[in-house]
Amino acid sequence: MLRLDKLVKTYKTGDQALKSVSLEIPEGQVLALIGPSGAGKSTLIRCINRLVEPTSGKVYLGNVELTGLSSGALRRERRRMGMIFQEYALVERLSVMENVLSGRLGYVGFWRSFLRRFPQSDVDEAFRLLDRVGLAHMADKRADELSGGQRQRVGICRALIQNPALLLVDEPTASLDPKTSRQIMRLICELCRERGLAAIINIHDVALAQMFVQRVVGLRVGAIEFDGPPDALTPDVLTTIYGEEDWEATIEAVEDDDIEAAE
Amino acid sequence: MSSPDFDLDARLGKPWKKPPFVQRPWLRYTLWMGFVAYLIAAWMTIEVDWARVYAGLERGQKFVLAFTSPDFTTRSSDIYGGMLESIVMTVAASVVGIIISIPIALGAARNVAPLPVYLICRGIIAISRALQEIIVAILLVAIFGFGPLAGFLTLSFATIGFLSKLLAEDIESMDRVQAEAIKASGARWTQWINYGVQPQVMPRLIGLSIYRVDINFRESAILGLVGAGGIGATLNTAFDRYEYDTAAAILILIIVIVMALEYISGFVRARVQ
Repeated sequence: MLRLDKLVKTYKTGDQALKSVSLEIPEGQVLALIGPSGAGKSTLIRCINRLVEPTSGKVYLGNVELTGLSSGALRRERRRMGMIFQEYALVERLSVMENVLSGRLGYVGFWRSFLRRFPQSDVDEAFRLLDRVGLAHMADKRADELSGGQRQRVGICRALIQNPALLLVDEPTASLDPKTSRQIMRLICELCRERGLAAIINIHDVALAQMFVQRVVGLRVGAIEFDGPPDALTPDVLTTIYGEEDWEATIEAVEDDDIEAAE
Repeated sequence: MSSPDFDLDARLGKPWKKPPFVQRPWLRYTLWMGFVAYLIAAWMTIEVDWARVYAGLERGQKFVLAFTSPDFTTRSSDIYGGMLESIVMTVAASVVGIIISIPIALGAARNVAPLPVYLICRGIIAISRALQEIIVAILLVAIFGFGPLAGFLTLSFATIGFLSKLLAEDIESMDRVQAEAIKASGARWTQWINYGVQPQVMPRLIGLSIYRVDINFRESAILGLVGAGGIGATLNTAFDRYEYDTAAAILILIIVIVMALEYISGFVRARVQ
């Protein structure tokens, strides 16, 4: 469904963030991208929806080659890729509802969006999604009044209302406490399963990734070092990705003890 | 873990001081001495003709005393007419200036506009800021003749340079990620500005606009001195006739209005945060 073909990104400063990365993700697969800071995880997912322009290589979403698109066609394809951000990236001075509805901007015209007159079906879907993540009663609150976990749930709604085929998730739990982190990861993975979405999740927390995903890809200085199921992550593998450290404590040290639904 | 090339034992027990801003001692002391020499030289160039000051004191005293008995009535129709003209000039110039400033500010923000647009808009701002209001007013009075039209155009022109520059700087320092999130949803450029950029810069835009209304009103009092209409013309006439009590009345009105605007701007800015 998503295919990266020899993707290279060299920044103007000369830093090579990605060195010929090739990767294929089938329909409905949730993949965790792990690796140390600066390994190129963020660059990789931003090259997919071209918030960062790749230097060379190709990205295919279904049969469409994203890398060659004009700006108008790129906008239409971006609608099929929902993005969830580190630090939530909600527009803080807009209301929760406006933030969620901003996920529909690719589908409605300028004046409709300017006057906040979204189609009834969009409004209904926004309330359905907010209700699903337990925030429907907060719809008219301003985004900066929410807690971190709540903001990230609004961010999830904003990505899902695009009705995407693929989720690009950039460090969704980086600024959350351990419990909220798990709730958010569980929510993302549940929603992907419900809707048959593929997802790429950048994540620092190896144990958290192991708990929720079907496949783990390890990135190290812009190249793929590991690609396999979560239980194949051994101390040796982690050493090749991150460098020498005592890994026994990290791997599956956390047991899934709070089974309560992420609400 | 320990730092390489660092002898901790040798360092311990010695006091620590913040390193000086200028590292080289000779340069540091030269700069200080140059500064003191400049102060002395500057002091010695001041020439005051104390006899002239003594003669002028009386006139100054008359002017200050006029504030105790301001005369609002004798020239009331001139004051009223001038005030109204100033207020109309201020409001019209602010509205027109702000409306023109917004697109120019977008064009002058490097993170929003492409390079050619950026250079053109920065050029417009540079021209507007380089020309002082009085000079523009003299030019426009020469073209359009005496009266408030020249003043209105001058103030609009000055508003563009002021507001576009400061708003563009606010746009450049906005949170990139919030705007990026809107872009990632497939929004068009106009929607991106409306959802990703506008909410972030709105408080600043409102604050600057009110501040500019305040400045425009004060400027409108000056522009009358070169014939560009407004209360300044009345004020100038009052001074020419040595009617210090009428001048005092006008100045008191200007001060009251500026203070009222100041109060309103503080109130509004607190509400839009």
